[in-house]
Amino acid sequence: MDTTRRELLIQFSKVLVLTGTAARALDKAGEAPEPGDTYQMAAHWWGMIIDIDKCIGCGNCVRACSKENDVPEAYFRTWVERYQVNEDRDHPMVESPNGAIDGFPPTTRSDVKSFFVPKLCNHCADSPCTQVCPVGATFISPDGVVLVDPDYCLGCRYCIQACPYGCRYFHPQKEIADKCTLCYHRITKGLTTACCEACPTGARQLVDLKNPKDPVHEFLRNNKVQVLKPYMATEAKVFYKNLDGSVR
Amino acid sequence: MQGVDGFMYPNEVELQWSLLIVIYPYITGLVAGAFILASLERVFKVEAVRPTYRLALLTALAFLLVAPLPLQLHLGHPERSFEMYLTPHRSSAMAMFGFVYLWYLTVVLLVEIWLEYREDIVRFAQTRTGAARWIYKALTLGSENVSPASRRIDDKVGYVVTVIGIPSAFLLHGYVGFIFGSVKANPWWSTPLMPIVFLFSAMTSGIAAVLVLYLISMKLRKTAVDMRCIDTIGKYLFYTFVIDFSLEMLDLVQRTYEADESFRSLDFMVHTRLWTSQVLIQILLGTMLPLCVLASTQLWTLAEAVRRRLYVIASALTLVGIFAMRWNVVIGGQLFSKSFLGYTTYKVQFAAREGLLPALALLILPFVLFFILVKLLPPWQKPAAEA
Repeated sequence: MDTTRRELLIQFSKVLVLTGTAARALDKAGEAPEPGDTYQMAAHWWGMIIDIDKCIGCGNCVRACSKENDVPEAYFRTWVERYQVNEDRDHPMVESPNGAIDGFPPTTRSDVKSFFVPKLCNHCADSPCTQVCPVGATFISPDGVVLVDPDYCLGCRYCIQACPYGCRYFHPQKEIADKCTLCYHRITKGLTTACCEACPTGARQLVDLKNPKDPVHEFLRNNKVQVLKPYMATEAKVFYKNLDGSVR
Repeated sequence: MQGVDGFMYPNEVELQWSLLIVIYPYITGLVAGAFILASLERVFKVEAVRPTYRLALLTALAFLLVAPLPLQLHLGHPERSFEMYLTPHRSSAMAMFGFVYLWYLTVVLLVEIWLEYREDIVRFAQTRTGAARWIYKALTLGSENVSPASRRIDDKVGYVVTVIGIPSAFLLHGYVGFIFGSVKANPWWSTPLMPIVFLFSAMTSGIAAVLVLYLISMKLRKTAVDMRCIDTIGKYLFYTFVIDFSLEMLDLVQRTYEADESFRSLDFMVHTRLWTSQVLIQILLGTMLPLCVLASTQLWTLAEAVRRRLYVIASALTLVGIFAMRWNVVIGGQLFSKSFLGYTTYKVQFAAREGLLPALALLILPFVLFFILVKLLPPWQKPAAEA
């Protein structure tokens, strides 16, 4: 062998540089081009409006959500509660049998006011769940939707503890935190959410607070509107019309 | 629904943080408490507790090594946990755990133990044979200089490390309290007192653990107990426990007097589901009784044998009481609905991933590690300078 150590190192470096460059080029060539996406995240700020008086407690929204998002059994991205309130406003009778996926049995009580309250993630602008996530796996998208990165979530469940509304659950198969995505896969394609689409009375409507033509602005101006647990200061974006003070 | 009274939000029925998350603050509390006891001798010059100095350091290390295990076992994806170091979310209290833990383990505890034992390690490296010799050789980290001048440097550095270690121990456990205390969605947890209560309960449990370990060790080794030492530790245990209990009662009085919207719900829980674990075990058996026992050792002059027994009883009850406190915080905080309209039940499984069996294993493991550490680094030998 008459190759010096210096020559050997030079040859080795060349091979390294060349294979590295080739690998990068190959990577580039293999990358799929970005799909022609017209959706502008910064142009939207999603929320929902819910008209309590219109909800009939049919459970269509729960079923549609469950089917659309493959929600595991006994867990809920959305659910409906029935409140039955008499003069003792501090102790309302509340029920949500299996999240109201099959609706409610008829009530026979006539001495109470009875109404339905659909619930889902409030997609809070100042959300405590995203604040506590140790790795930032759950985050608020630029268009105002609170999402979970399923490939990043550790499954520590701190976010579930931090949510004041009980909207998150631990996915029993994926072993990560899971929640309503506001049907992000649909709304970014110009569709509405599965729950809103399935609602027969229009009690729940997806709204875009950044769109000046969205009916949400008129809704907020002309109605008595409340968010759940306003004292939590989470800047919830699910707005309820005629929400009774007994609702938790 | 089975196990549910009243109304729970549908996703709330299942508890998210299990028995393992009860063990986690319990173990970190023991670490912080044991270290603070060790620092009494080093920084505050409480010479009486010198016989437990090394023991306390080894206790802290044994428990600290186990501290992250219940968390790892609890995670849905433990293989991703390293992301907390790589991409920590700075607004998350939990994200800081990894850093506080590493800081405490490497910068404080390991350095202090190494400095304290350096002379012994070098001696063992020179005198032992076989594999042990190589282990001690490795532990010298290449420095076999144990001249008086070098030991003086060790002592100075050790002092600085302990001084840094005290706020670090406060940080370690105060931060664990903050993980719970900062959850505004949960009124059972959300109180600024939580980190302080955690801190004092940590000190109480750590001191009790070292006291028990010291007395058991002396019994096993058939060596005379240093009564001045355990009397001093007993006194400190009494003081910290009084502060801890006062803080907890302050919290209770404040909640009862304010009686905000969550009060009825929490009050109901304390009188039903948490009655045994909170009122009977934590407050009566695990706090009032050991406090009375400790108070008796302060008030009356009792025979040495009696005092020894009383200290063991008080410490063991204290450890039970603080464990019950962790249980009541972690599990109790999840038994009621955030709607304040209902309650759920927690049943501990046995051989499941987060069941009783792994929990017991995790509680026994620190003692196994402690035994190994004591064999490796005997805390009983006096430093050569005194020998």
